[in-house]
Amino acid sequence: MGIRIIKGGLLTTVQDLGRTGYQSQGFGVAGVMDVRSFKIANLLLDNPENEAVLEFTLIGPTLEFTAATIIAITGGDFQPTLNGEPAPMYTAIYINKGDILRFGSARTGSRGYVAFSSYLKIPVVMGSRCTNMKSRIGGFKGRALQAGDYIEFRIRRRYLPFFLSRQLELDEFDQEEAVLRVVMGPQDDKFSRQGIDTFLKSEYTVTSDFDRMGCRLEGPIIAPKTTSDIISDGITFGSVQVPSQGKPIILLADRQTTGGYAKIATVASVDIPKLVQRKTDHRIRFRAISVQEAQQLYRKQEQEFARMRAAIHRPCKEVLECRQVAKRMRKLFED
Amino acid sequence: MQNWKIVTAGDSSLLVEFGSEICPEINQKITATVQLIKAQHIEGVLDMIPAFCSLLINYDPRVMTYEEIRARIQALLRVDAKSGSQKSRIFEIPVCYGGRYGPDLAYIASHAGLSEQEVIEIHSSRDYLIYMLGFLPGFCYLGGLDERIHTPRLAAPRIRIEAGSVGIGGSQTGIYPMDSPGGWQLMGMTPVKTYDPEREIPILVEAGDYIRFVPVDESEYLRIKELADRGEYQCTVGEKEV
Repeated sequence: MGIRIIKGGLLTTVQDLGRTGYQSQGFGVAGVMDVRSFKIANLLLDNPENEAVLEFTLIGPTLEFTAATIIAITGGDFQPTLNGEPAPMYTAIYINKGDILRFGSARTGSRGYVAFSSYLKIPVVMGSRCTNMKSRIGGFKGRALQAGDYIEFRIRRRYLPFFLSRQLELDEFDQEEAVLRVVMGPQDDKFSRQGIDTFLKSEYTVTSDFDRMGCRLEGPIIAPKTTSDIISDGITFGSVQVPSQGKPIILLADRQTTGGYAKIATVASVDIPKLVQRKTDHRIRFRAISVQEAQQLYRKQEQEFARMRAAIHRPCKEVLECRQVAKRMRKLFED
Repeated sequence: MQNWKIVTAGDSSLLVEFGSEICPEINQKITATVQLIKAQHIEGVLDMIPAFCSLLINYDPRVMTYEEIRARIQALLRVDAKSGSQKSRIFEIPVCYGGRYGPDLAYIASHAGLSEQEVIEIHSSRDYLIYMLGFLPGFCYLGGLDERIHTPRLAAPRIRIEAGSVGIGGSQTGIYPMDSPGGWQLMGMTPVKTYDPEREIPILVEAGDYIRFVPVDESEYLRIKELADRGEYQCTVGEKEV
């Protein structure tokens, strides 16, 4: 009992927060691109924080359910329909056996997520269920989903308390411009004052070289002092690498563990979702903040998640009103 | 004299730089630091990436602020300012050189002006320090290839190189841990799986370990391969004072 893939879409993979702990041995993390949308999807269903979801890209998949479950859809707007009717996003939705969930192309954003209350039955490899396409392991047979694939559920779970409250405000992904806050370094000292000025004051454009590994930007050349070649060192999610031709590449979920180009800055974790939801030709600017500010933003987002969690664990207004009416009516009968 | 520097790498990572030179001393210091951090079980440290002369530490900013983790790491580095002698592991990697296992051995030999046998002897006569792993899961950057057998990469890379292939690319030598495209000159194959995601320890070696290539003939290669495919082969692991 689970889901059958009717159409795979452009690039649909099983993802979680990634395979950490093996980077010292050259093993990349992979994992979701948009951590925020991923966390909200799981949060709506009271799933564990790191439960595996489906991530889809630009054109979404079509799924058939062979068992009842509850799902939540987040991320860009892929115009989802359930049995032909528009399906709400950022909301817990009951699913019946035989239902067909169809995603179209991304009206806003570029990546979407669907989480399941019954958990996908995907084996844990090296501590994670995420698909690492480069190493061809994890997820569903180490690859993107295709028509005919079938993933079972691990458990039956079709009850969630406060069901009607499980609805959150939609994140917006329709802006064509984004300001990404960055922490300078680790190798900003490889660049001239002018190079850093160019980086922080210019507008960059997302090119079509944009995949789960990284995002190449087009724009003014960032000049290094001498060369931007360095002795290879570790890379992190959101590293802004500037090779010698001077055009930045932002390294993302499927990045390699190490690289030999200077990294002028690192995108703040909370702003990586803004970047990965952009499309080709969208515009990007960078703004430098301190590591303290970036960590404060990180903690603020955690508090926001906690507020969301609290909001979906309260009876909603409609339910409360019914209860009040019922209470009054009971009094009438009791009297 | 403090010979390291801590810099930020975003809100969830920091980079400890130990110098700007590829040498065993710096690498040994990095290996010692990794072991020290592991031994301390610092809560919030998620992952480390040791490289030639730096160490990237990924941490959870919900558990520790930048100032907090920097202070912890600084304290560790000060205490262990001297890197005394320590023991390193040496992994013996059996290799079947030449023939269909090493299609480029003849080229390597002719490029070096040596016989194939001499190339094998030179290649298998020293211990190679694993400076770092990267590029592919389990791919080791080894130091110390004898200059006499440095060989330029293939002009046109092969589309698929089989896992276990041992080759030379310029001044480097190494093992392909998984099937991959690549441009190295292939000199032999090892039956040992240096990377196996199904194994309890998927990748055998770590930065700071050494590798020694041990020539074996085809029948020995096949015998070990059979064991390795069943998951029953254990590499010989020795110790080395460094």
